[in-house]
Amino acid sequence: MKRISVTVNGVRHEADVEPRTLLVHFIREQLELTGTNVGCDTSSCGACTILMNGQSVKSCTVLAVQADGAEVATVEGLASNGDWHPVQKAFHENHGLQCGFCTPGMMMATVGYLDENPAPTEDEVRLALEGNLCRCTGYHNIVKAVLAAADDMGS
Amino acid sequence: MATAEKYVGGGVPRKEDPKLLTGQGQFLEGLTLPGMLHAALVRSPYGSARIESVDVSAAAAADGVVAAYSGADLADEWAAGLPMAWPVTDDIRIPDHWPVAQDVARYVGDAVAVVVATSRNAALDAAELVEVDYEVQDAVVDVEAALADDAPRVHESFDDNKSYTWTLTNGDVDAAFAKADVVVKERYTQPRLIPNAMEPRAVVAQSVPSTGDFTVWSTTQIPHVAKVLFALTLGIPESQIRVIAPSDVGGGFGSKLNVYAEEALCIALARRLGKPVKWVAGRSEGYLATIHGRDQVQEIEIAATVDGDILGYRVNILAAMGAYLQLVAPGVPLLGAFLYCGCYGGEAYHFECTGVFTNTTPTDAYRGAGRPEATYAIERAIDALARKVGVDVAEIRRRNFLPAGDMVQSPGGLAFDSANYEPALDRALELLDYDGFRSDQAERRESGAGKQIGVGFSSYVEICGLAPSQVLASLKYAAGGWDAATVRMLPTGKAEVVTGSSPHGQGHVTSWSQIAADMLGIPYEDVTVLHGDTHVAPHGMNTYGSRSLAVAGVAVHNACDRVVDKARGLAAHLLEVAPEDLEYEAGTFSVKGVPDRTKSMPELAFAAWTAHSLPEDSEPGLEAHCVYDPPNFTFPFGTHVAVVEVDTETGAVDLVRYIAVDDCGPVINPVIVDGQVHGGVAQGIAAALYEEATYAEDGTLETASMVNYLVPSAAEFPSFETDRTVTPSTSNPMGVKGIGEAGTIGSAPAVINAVVDALSHLGVTDVPMPASPERVWRAIQAAQGGEA
Repeated sequence: MKRISVTVNGVRHEADVEPRTLLVHFIREQLELTGTNVGCDTSSCGACTILMNGQSVKSCTVLAVQADGAEVATVEGLASNGDWHPVQKAFHENHGLQCGFCTPGMMMATVGYLDENPAPTEDEVRLALEGNLCRCTGYHNIVKAVLAAADDMGS
Repeated sequence: MATAEKYVGGGVPRKEDPKLLTGQGQFLEGLTLPGMLHAALVRSPYGSARIESVDVSAAAAADGVVAAYSGADLADEWAAGLPMAWPVTDDIRIPDHWPVAQDVARYVGDAVAVVVATSRNAALDAAELVEVDYEVQDAVVDVEAALADDAPRVHESFDDNKSYTWTLTNGDVDAAFAKADVVVKERYTQPRLIPNAMEPRAVVAQSVPSTGDFTVWSTTQIPHVAKVLFALTLGIPESQIRVIAPSDVGGGFGSKLNVYAEEALCIALARRLGKPVKWVAGRSEGYLATIHGRDQVQEIEIAATVDGDILGYRVNILAAMGAYLQLVAPGVPLLGAFLYCGCYGGEAYHFECTGVFTNTTPTDAYRGAGRPEATYAIERAIDALARKVGVDVAEIRRRNFLPAGDMVQSPGGLAFDSANYEPALDRALELLDYDGFRSDQAERRESGAGKQIGVGFSSYVEICGLAPSQVLASLKYAAGGWDAATVRMLPTGKAEVVTGSSPHGQGHVTSWSQIAADMLGIPYEDVTVLHGDTHVAPHGMNTYGSRSLAVAGVAVHNACDRVVDKARGLAAHLLEVAPEDLEYEAGTFSVKGVPDRTKSMPELAFAAWTAHSLPEDSEPGLEAHCVYDPPNFTFPFGTHVAVVEVDTETGAVDLVRYIAVDDCGPVINPVIVDGQVHGGVAQGIAAALYEEATYAEDGTLETASMVNYLVPSAAEFPSFETDRTVTPSTSNPMGVKGIGEAGTIGSAPAVINAVVDALSHLGVTDVPMPASPERVWRAIQAAQGGEA
């Protein structure tokens, strides 16, 4: 067991973890934040995408011990004081989700990307999200939502 | 009845969204129960192997392990094997299918042992310690190879690998071919596909030993059907099983329309151990242990006149069943059997299908189920006919469309409701600017550019609204096709809709709320929709085959009608007039000619609840139940158009435009309908260009993870252009037809027709799916007489 300290959505957590524990399992099982989903075992699908020190990462590719001292943001921390983040609003208003399983990761990847590129083109959005798979929407409304969120955040 | 359509037809934002957007989705992997144990399965690494011995002792002794069992150890748990509900012929061969194999493992992934431990990691670690001695046997993975005389047999108890042959004939096919000027004969393969719902499957089974009751949570599309089948498989009285599909199930596409080994196994383990048992699939494990789709070889012949008027069709297909028969697998080709003549005419039709066992993961219904395969064959073949007779590909479709009308007889044997195929084609051509496209294409060809463009059409018709129960009986399907709804006004004026559908992304909560809110005249927000729990919603046939709106949604509509009828009686009683003297509008009854004498639905709900003054013979409460068995299928249709750019040097295909004009009848929520089309189209395009599950000869799944099975990302698609024509079905009072699978059914042939069109001037007439750069390049080389 190794002792780690991770700040998640602004709250500092100290915990003992097995060295093999993936960050996503630490988040889901030890912190009981189950909004971050696990969709694959090959770091292919992006359902588990979170922000670590402001960068979007697939939390299945990070060991919990590697997050020691890091600032982590998950979908549960996206809204503030009950107000949805513009990305959450845009996904709702543009029907950017169906079953909703990929949605937390898709939104966290979007938040990370719009921080890097606040005014992307459609083609740039499509490339930026290629690490996040969705099986329901054909991505059409996800792309629309990301562009709408960018507009909203830029205005 | 009079309803003000305030919500129906509008793009109301979904009620499902808020929890899913905030990380509060209730997916099954997040469920934890006190004392819960975790199961991990040991699976055969061989395509075919005799199980000589299974030693679980080291696993059983490992840290955290509670129990470990071989298939033989669990043999007395099963009252019956895993169910197969569609024995399509009297002489179909149905193999035993135990949740854990006992003597022979028949595909890579067939379970041979299970370990139960206090944590998932402990169970997975200990599963590695189970020692299995296998005698490896020859496997067969290809449907045609499996029918060879000397092919290894998947099931030793059968003489060969054939499960069944099913045929359908209408008219004098030989006569139609005898008088034909031209015959085109085409052969296509339908690659094996992995459905890839984003949420992996999971199950939790809990027993109450003192009462013998069981609660089963499963990522299923079919909680009600599963309840019946769990009872039969486990020998538990059905009344003691409660099945819950969690309020959030992460996609299905048919892959959760089944009764799986792990579901039965967790129930058996919970019974044996007296504790809750959970199993969650890893994605790669799911690739082995969750049904695959398609995997067919098709031969289609069309007989036609010199002008391209179709006279007759002959179809022969081989359909891979995999190693066992899953829930409805034998019937999947039958869902397409009536559609190999598409929306076209002709005098005669013959269809034959042989189901074949192979040492592969069992197949079953994957989005479209039989209909994408049929549509692919006819829409590719009609292009081949167009080339042969020298008629434009849009024109040959128009020439052969069945006439517009209701209950139009198809050569396949069914009568199609709402046939009206030309307007959708016309609209698609207009959106495309067909003449402009052909002139651009001519310029490209003229210039000899390295990137050539092509257009492909697919004018599909499909079958939804499954189904009239008596028709299902004639097809030997072992269940009914009805669905159920209860609509109940609550004393405070809110409404509860209890539905037999079981949504997993389709937005039924939103759509059913729209229907009920309009009919009951109450705000959309005041409607709650309950689903998925057999204790809450006791009756249902669930969600598959694009049936939910056309069957369960109509049940909601009819139940609302009955509630309004009962409310009318109560309003008449309270207002002291005859029921026929009342007008109903937007949730309020008013006396004709005396508009200020009214009773609103919330007032009536409260009066019905207090029951202080009711009409004679009326019971308290304002509630109605409807079980709706549709009188016919519904037949949605449309025309899809793909435009591609093909690099003739590299074979790379770029999908430039995709236009979908669909006709699913009246639309409850256009935003949801468009979303269904987008997702469906994406899965069809994925089949056309990217996805293919392949097996090595020894039965190893080569595409065994998301790394080498190409689920496309946003970067692989353009935005889609969608439009609709609206031709109501006459089979149900709402006129609705279904849209869940149309995109997948229409799209793959449009894309491949476009690829072939882009290269037709080079002599290319076929590119198999998926049209990878290598396959396209080889097709070009072969057509040019080079090495392929």
